[in-house]
Amino acid sequence: MLTLDRLSKIYANGTQALSDVTMGVAPGEIVALVGGSGCGKTTLLRLASGLEQASGGRVAVDGDIIAAPHPDVGIVFQEPRLLPWLTVAQNIAFGIEHLPKAERDARVDEALLRVGLAGYGPRWPRELSGGQAQRVAIVRALVARPKVLLMDEPFSALDALTRASLQDHLLALWEAHRPTLLLVTHDVEEAAALADRAIVMQPRPGRVFKDIPIDLPRPRDRLSHDFAEAKRAILAALDGSLGNPHSSPTRISAPSGASW
Amino acid sequence: MSEAGTLEKIAPADRQRAFVPSPRWLFGLVLPVGAAVLYEITARFGLFEARLLPPPSRVFAALWELAVSGELLTHVTATLLRVAFGFGLGAIAGTLLGALTGSSSAARRFLDPTLQALRAIPSLAWVPLFILWLGIFESSKIALIALGVFFPVYLGVMGAIANVDRKIVEVGRAFRLSRWQLARRILLPAILPDYIVALRSGLGLGFMFVVAAEIMGASEGLGYLLVDGQQLGKPAQILAAILCFAVLGKVLDWLLVLGTKPLLTWQDSFARTV
Ligand SMILES: Nc1ncnc2c1ncn2[C@@H]1O[C@H](COP(=O)(O)OP(=O)(O)OP(=O)(O)O)[C@@H](O)[C@H]1O
Ligand SMILES: [Mg+2]
Repeated sequence: MLTLDRLSKIYANGTQALSDVTMGVAPGEIVALVGGSGCGKTTLLRLASGLEQASGGRVAVDGDIIAAPHPDVGIVFQEPRLLPWLTVAQNIAFGIEHLPKAERDARVDEALLRVGLAGYGPRWPRELSGGQAQRVAIVRALVARPKVLLMDEPFSALDALTRASLQDHLLALWEAHRPTLLLVTHDVEEAAALADRAIVMQPRPGRVFKDIPIDLPRPRDRLSHDFAEAKRAILAALDGSLGNPHSSPTRISAPSGASW
Repeated sequence: MSEAGTLEKIAPADRQRAFVPSPRWLFGLVLPVGAAVLYEITARFGLFEARLLPPPSRVFAALWELAVSGELLTHVTATLLRVAFGFGLGAIAGTLLGALTGSSSAARRFLDPTLQALRAIPSLAWVPLFILWLGIFESSKIALIALGVFFPVYLGVMGAIANVDRKIVEVGRAFRLSRWQLARRILLPAILPDYIVALRSGLGLGFMFVVAAEIMGASEGLGYLLVDGQQLGKPAQILAAILCFAVLGKVLDWLLVLGTKPLLTWQDSFARTV
């Protein structure tokens, strides 16, 4: 169980990025964190991973307080961040060096197979496409079998088609050991496709705006009525969090007859 | 899944290519050999004062003479040993201190200003002091060479560590690497390309300073051949010694590059595309 208890963060320059954020994520649950730009989603993930220190409140995994990176918590960044001097297989094994070699190799091979990259082990990162590199990054975090996996917009740099296929890969990986997943996304479709719950955040200062359950069975049919309904609910909450009662963006029309 | 299998065989082939010998390096010989031939021809026609600027044939004759008498080997060995010791000491000291100031801001604030001030002193200014302290024999020469090698290596290592991508270091932190593991598994490989460049410039300066040291007083070494050639009016001998410097410097640099190339096959840089 991942719990955030009255978490707040004030950066050195005085920016209040988070204020009194409290939430719990059950074991094996998938939670999508959505919200406008700058509402503190990345900050929240960095605090939960122990890479950054909270200004107030605390994060705990099964009662263990997270004040520094913890073996039970894995993180996937927005960019793959593969180490360019290691092959794909060595990158994946980076966090499990302490395991016996046979066990390590077995985990790496199994993981590559699951994300459709069997045989890619000896390649260099520069020989991968963006989507392949991100798959390797996800697998690198997962082979260490963390209880909690944090992901910061892992698919945001990819095109819609690749993104959808990587979401399926992610679910396949998650099925194997069912870690708790806390996933930041900008994409309402992604939240509806993956999550058991979408938590919508509100900016200035960052806090929880709304907690929306998504009770759809998996695998989810992206064309179904219920799926569209879930997307609509998240989108409405997102609009509300940004203070727009209606979803139409403000249009600034150019003055007529402008001649520059 | 469809991408696997078909593409997997490409990677090893690509890796092999770097080691296949090719005659492309001969291309680099065109300029110096062409210039030598051209000069030889024009000198034969008496277009130059051949006594002060001897043509290649005479330089090679002088070189040959030195070689068969065994003198050349003595001088080359003396110079190479000095460079080896000086380079070794300077590179080790530069690496250690650069690693220290690069990875600890306290150490940088404490040490770097002093080292930068020392760097501002022209290294040759130390010669009289080194001779007073260490005598006129090998120690003072090696100290001077080590000093010349130290600064480029020190600066290179410090700068490379400070410039390592924070995002990659964070990967190490996320996997809870200790300070030592972080240095070995992240910082060291990350700075390797820059480190090799630093070592190469250090080696270049090592040769620069060995000449200075030998000119100032030595009974053997390529620098001694230079002085001896000047005093006895033997320009061919001077040019022969210069030629030796060029070849030795180039070959050692090339060995350094060749020896470290397998460590850098992973690089995704501009150079491998042109
Ligand atoms: N290192 C930092 N120092 C100071 N302020 C920061 C720092 N990092 C983030 N902030 C500020 O904290 C707030 C939250 O930033 P954060 O990166 O968590 O937002 P986000 O929700 O991830 O946004 P996005 O969706 O654009 O990625 C922003 O106002 C940002 O300007
Ligand atoms: Mg962010």
